[in-house]
Amino acid sequence: MAIDILMPALSPTMEQGKLAKWLKKEGDKVKPGDVLAEIETDKATMEVEAIDEGVLAKILVSDGTDNVAVNTPIAVLAGEGEDMSTAASSAKAPAAPAPEAQPAPTPDMEREGMADRPSAGARTDSDRPFAEPAAPSIIQTRSSHDAMAEIPEGTEMVSMTVREALRDAMAEEMRRDENVFVMGEEVAEYQGAYKVTQGLLQEFGARRVVDTPITEHGFAGVGVGAAFTGLRPIVEFMTFNFAMQAIDHIINSAAKTLYMSGGQLGAPVVFRGPNGAAARVGAQHSHDYSAWYSNVPGLKVIAPYSASDAKGLLKSAIRDPNPIIFLENEILYGQSFPVPKLDDFTVPIGKARIHREGKDVTIVSFSIGMTYALKAAQELEKEGIQAEVIDLRTIRPMDTDTIVASVMKTGRCVTVEEGFPQSGIGAEIAARIMEHAFDYLDAPVIRVTGKDVPMPYAANLEKLALPNVGEVVQAVKAVCYR
Amino acid sequence: MAVAARKAGRAGSGAANKPNSNKAPAKNAASNSPQFDKDQDLSAYNEMLLIRRFEEKSGQMYGMGLIGGFCHLYIGQEAVVVGMQMATIEGDQVITGYRDHGHMLACGMDPKGVMAELTGRRGGLSKGKGGSMHMFSKEKHFYGGHGIVGAQVSLGTGLAFANHYRENGNVSLTYFGDGAANQGQVYESFNMAALWKLPAVYVIENNRYAMGTSVSRASAQTDFSKRGLSFGIPGEQVDGMDVRAVYAAGQRAIEHARTGKGPYILEMQTYRYRGHSMSDPAKYRTKDEVARMREEFDPIEQVRRRLLESWKLSEDELKAIDSRVREIVNEAAEFATHDPEPDPSELYTDILL
Ligand SMILES: Cc1ncc(C[n+]2csc(CCOP(=O)(O)OP(=O)(O)O)c2C)c(N)n1
Ligand SMILES: [Mg+2]
Repeated sequence: MAIDILMPALSPTMEQGKLAKWLKKEGDKVKPGDVLAEIETDKATMEVEAIDEGVLAKILVSDGTDNVAVNTPIAVLAGEGEDMSTAASSAKAPAAPAPEAQPAPTPDMEREGMADRPSAGARTDSDRPFAEPAAPSIIQTRSSHDAMAEIPEGTEMVSMTVREALRDAMAEEMRRDENVFVMGEEVAEYQGAYKVTQGLLQEFGARRVVDTPITEHGFAGVGVGAAFTGLRPIVEFMTFNFAMQAIDHIINSAAKTLYMSGGQLGAPVVFRGPNGAAARVGAQHSHDYSAWYSNVPGLKVIAPYSASDAKGLLKSAIRDPNPIIFLENEILYGQSFPVPKLDDFTVPIGKARIHREGKDVTIVSFSIGMTYALKAAQELEKEGIQAEVIDLRTIRPMDTDTIVASVMKTGRCVTVEEGFPQSGIGAEIAARIMEHAFDYLDAPVIRVTGKDVPMPYAANLEKLALPNVGEVVQAVKAVCYR
Repeated sequence: MAVAARKAGRAGSGAANKPNSNKAPAKNAASNSPQFDKDQDLSAYNEMLLIRRFEEKSGQMYGMGLIGGFCHLYIGQEAVVVGMQMATIEGDQVITGYRDHGHMLACGMDPKGVMAELTGRRGGLSKGKGGSMHMFSKEKHFYGGHGIVGAQVSLGTGLAFANHYRENGNVSLTYFGDGAANQGQVYESFNMAALWKLPAVYVIENNRYAMGTSVSRASAQTDFSKRGLSFGIPGEQVDGMDVRAVYAAGQRAIEHARTGKGPYILEMQTYRYRGHSMSDPAKYRTKDEVARMREEFDPIEQVRRRLLESWKLSEDELKAIDSRVREIVNEAAEFATHDPEPDPSELYTDILL
């Protein structure tokens, strides 16, 4: 029987690729393991291997074709003893190349398989707002941070991915300060497991871009020790899941030493890498640790959403004299955002940003949680609810003023995060609002979070485990009594 | 015939699997490579071919979008787990990292259940909740399937601790990579295992690379068999592409551990043909290097040649084995493609007892 050879996907997010070159021609005998063709994606060139034995009867997609969609038949293999011409003619007409992908200005959640995850139904009781707000508290005047002022008026903006923005931030700081260096697994020769350190080895050499063995606890300690002497290490964790191997040095060595030494010895180190869920990588590779680090005095914790915040905050983090946890997100790496074209653009640590103004409800989120928050705000707009969306950007120290000022205006708040509900960032925000703006609340704060379960692998369960836009919309309506 | 041989090789029931049958005359072999008899070669061939074909199918299914996330294939390393497994007895435990499909098949876990876990379906060995890197079978004494590099070394030492505690005569086999061998907990474990004379065999699968990092770029001591020296743990370097050498070394190591002499380290010199996982640009090694390993050292081809030349099997007989193996793999793929996803209610089960 003739077998269609399909365009393979070589990564979870690949949708199309270029068929660069055929290494076999029509009529060639192939056996399993033979390399048939080379394909190119934005990340790399890869090989298509034969799975079955037979004769390459017909090539359907020729050398050099761009944008071949995954699963398109690219050739037909005739089985042993089968007539090649029959096999070839049984082939379907070559599929038209997929349309050119449009770079999305903000994360396209549908593409990431994240839009409209069905509600897990666990939310119904907590939807009911409770009694009227009661006891008065001391009201102070609050003012929110003006993030617009971070970028001078008239500044040219360029479109850039989060990945590029992070790389540029490191490169600029390494040019500026000889004490800054990068270390971690696969950061140098491999150009970064997620290509965030691409090109740094070429520019700065192996002394300042250091490949480490797989020894997280060891190299985190090495980073902290070097920082004690005044060097400024950027320690990359391939993902923050693996930083659990190093948690002792992060907490006991980095966060506490300044205090224990009576202010003599600080550790100006940045621990950075992707945090939280990627796609279909299971429980041990999908944990959002924001709340863990948020709990510890002596650390600053940053979790940007946009490329310009990623760049400006990473530069500030590298210059900061304290240990910083810089939480990135793998799904955001490839997303493009406008970034100011400035020689030295920094964003202050500890300041939230009002991403979208609104009068009816405040939605507070950070990192990838912003994608749900912003989509929900768009949907709510259609129903006449004006949501104000605050991007925390820094989790510790938390910009309570900006949150409280907004809640004083709207009287309602929903928090959004992918992490677990108990002792999460949403719980912290709710407590602060209760402490500082109790009298202004018209409804209890509702948290939209990842479900209280380890991340499952199955596609349907993974969708259920993560928050979704529908849940945010539902929570907002609940606090608005709609 | 092929079918019978396959059965003999599974689940530790064949003569070749009994540790004391000692049919491979490791010590009295004429050549310096230990010899296999026909049954052992047939059994090893079946087991290795099953892993090879299963992994090729997994790669194909990944390409079709049926498998998500990470998927680490074992192609090229088949002789390691198959040879070691031949040297075990019922009750010996196995634990490994994320490159685990081969280990599970060699432990006799159902190919359908493994494949359905790769596709995240309810018939998967973890009900679809674990994925490629996380499967377990108490029945087959397979303790995972771990995603954190190096974690299995302490856990495997714990399995040995339990054997020692219970005095049950079993040994744990802990598999880990050349990259994992640099993690600190490995040496903490070595120390405890040697201190308490635990029945632990550490199998370091040195496939020369940890992701994109070659051994010499990550390791000050590249002879992994020496990694236990300061704790007094004996070790050997083994040709991990020759299933007979693996089996013979496995017997020595397991015997040492089982007789109360403490842990043993085997460095298996092997090679992975495919990328680290499915999306690996593979710029860190040359195509020639990969091609040479496949052509000159392929573990399955070595046995195939012996079956043809020494044991005078015909091409047709080998074809019959191949079709039988393909059938098992196709059935697994078929099942894994059509089995439904887990019920949504499974989201909240198995969190606590
Ligand atoms: C603690 C930890 N750090 C990093 C990783 C990412 N990672 C997964 S596999 C791997 C390479 C391991 O190589 P090796 O131990 O040689 O095993 P192989 O993949 O060659 O089988 C790395 C760095 C991880 N999963 N866990
Ligand atoms: Mg390796």
